[in-house]
Amino acid sequence: MALEKIVTVTGKAVSVPGSDIDTDRIIPARFMKCVTFDGLGEYLFYDVRHHEDGTPKTHPLNDPKHAGASILLSGVNFGCGSSREHAPQALHKAGFRAVIAQSFAEIFFGNCATLGMPCAAATAEDIEKLAAAVEANPVLEVTIDVEKNRVFFGDDNFTVNIPDSAREAFLAGQWDPIGELLEGEANVANTAGALSYMGA
Amino acid sequence: MSQSLFEKVWNAHAVRELSNGQTQLLIGTHLIHEVTSPQAFGMLRDLGLTVKYPHRTFATVDHIVPTQSQTVEPFADPLAQEMIEALRKNCAEFGITFFDIATGHQGIVHVVGPEQGITQPGTTIACGDSHTATHGAFGAIAFGIGTTQIRDVLATQTMALGKMKVRRINVDGELPPGVYAKDVILHIIKRLGAKGGIGYAYEYGGSVFDDFSMEERMTVCNMSIEGGARCGYVNPDEKTFEYLKGRPHCPEGAEWDTAVERWKAVASDPDCHYDDVVNIRAEDIAPSVTWGISPDHGIFVTESIPDPANESDPEKRKSIEEALEYMKLPAGAPIAGTPVDVCFIGSCTNGRVSDFREAAKFLKGRRVAANVKAIAVPGSQIVDTICKQEGIDRVFSDAGFEWREAGCSMCLAMNPDKLVGDQLCASSSNRNFKGRQGSPTGRTILMSPVMVAAAAVTGHISDAREVFEVENAAAVA
Repeated sequence: MALEKIVTVTGKAVSVPGSDIDTDRIIPARFMKCVTFDGLGEYLFYDVRHHEDGTPKTHPLNDPKHAGASILLSGVNFGCGSSREHAPQALHKAGFRAVIAQSFAEIFFGNCATLGMPCAAATAEDIEKLAAAVEANPVLEVTIDVEKNRVFFGDDNFTVNIPDSAREAFLAGQWDPIGELLEGEANVANTAGALSYMGA
Repeated sequence: MSQSLFEKVWNAHAVRELSNGQTQLLIGTHLIHEVTSPQAFGMLRDLGLTVKYPHRTFATVDHIVPTQSQTVEPFADPLAQEMIEALRKNCAEFGITFFDIATGHQGIVHVVGPEQGITQPGTTIACGDSHTATHGAFGAIAFGIGTTQIRDVLATQTMALGKMKVRRINVDGELPPGVYAKDVILHIIKRLGAKGGIGYAYEYGGSVFDDFSMEERMTVCNMSIEGGARCGYVNPDEKTFEYLKGRPHCPEGAEWDTAVERWKAVASDPDCHYDDVVNIRAEDIAPSVTWGISPDHGIFVTESIPDPANESDPEKRKSIEEALEYMKLPAGAPIAGTPVDVCFIGSCTNGRVSDFREAAKFLKGRRVAANVKAIAVPGSQIVDTICKQEGIDRVFSDAGFEWREAGCSMCLAMNPDKLVGDQLCASSSNRNFKGRQGSPTGRTILMSPVMVAAAAVTGHISDAREVFEVENAAAVA
């Protein structure tokens, strides 16, 4: 399947700091009562962005100066917990196209990759430096160069890590694997045929 | 060359290498539920695809089902009703077996799979649910996937995946009285951290796992993801085969014998290579509870809540402060004595017959403290039936617990079972994240079912060994 080649991601960034930010926090379970992913964007980080009566709290994502940000910055083990794809879908529907964090939970990382949303790992120092630059100038243009594994902003730049398998898939426009998986149909039948429990 | 179970199962299911270096992996058994699958069926239709191997996908409904009057439809929540109906329609349209409420076999997907004998050694199992590693207790390579990957598995019976490393975790020796499988996994998570397992499959072994029942093994494997490991397993042995024999989806007669031979051969070879090995002494483990908002925020019930002032690492200090602020717990104070509002026994971690049986042993003749709301939620309709046959439900009701119908319930509160305000819940579930149990300010302390029973009886976090005089446990049993 021909998909867009993701070579760079450019946009405004916003920092949501913290370690072990789980997918329950990214999208609380009660908003998963739906049969499509449409409309999930407005519930992104809902409980940390709103008081119990629904009025907004002080939160970077509620701050008008960060409106329209497409790159999220965070800490260690981002996206841990539940495998719910509702979390990356909520980020995507809210306009995010990439996440830069110190590290990522595995299932979350894979879910983001199949949506064409690169997750780039960086050091705490570099992320703090970028967050400070964004805080000073919220319209700062930030570019993740997927090919070079680097982030550029203002006159500065730093190294990030996007594991090769994901990086190559973004660059080749094959981040949604369905086309290639379907092409392997005959091979699948062979593998399945050798496993007795796969019989009808 | 000698190989680990992971290696053998991976190789037997590896279809081919994909252009990005990942493996196209055959998923022998696919389990689905109502929350993460409807969008996948939608994607399938959008692409004009169908379900390739419908007999290898099995469905149940668990997250959104009410646990009171669940046979009465429509449910009070129209969204829940819409979700169960979507699953019914999808299963009917594509010819997928659905353990619906009326079948008597409904329950939490990770309880139903083993119960039906669908979960078997040497297989690959995927489900749109991070607690899928539960099935690893049978020597399967089982892991959670996202919804787009559910689409992939439905359409091709395969998915793209990078190979994991394998970490062997040995727990040797003898667990002290009053220490359970839940304490073992909470201890492992505390020791290795919530992200310690990223990139790894965990192979659990050692004398403690040899002695564990299948249900105890499931409790440990279930929470692998809380330690960052997408997949966790125990090598199959006679206990595994004994558990599976005669279950509906298991082979019979001569085919059973062949299957057992195959299952024996899939276990890790004694001298195989592991990427990492961790050794834990059973004697070092005590009844455990969490104090914070991540499953690795664990301590023994005899210990005190951490004090951020004693933490030199600024990152960790900040994380302790954030957790204590949310939990409204005093730094440095003993965790025992913390008042509880709600007690919950259930979930895919601890909602099986042996969990209720063990707690009932101690609840008999005791009463839930005033002002504590206590609920017991069987993991499946079959668990419910067996508990009723044994009179376990009566022990719980007589003690003041509400005995409910099967489902995920208050583990993640997608049904009407929710904490209110900043209620504190002693819970046998698996996650203590902020807001996890349905109230944005609700608080969760994770522990074993017997520890929940002790909290229910005293009205505060308690050492079950003292409350129930566990030195005499053998006499009670």
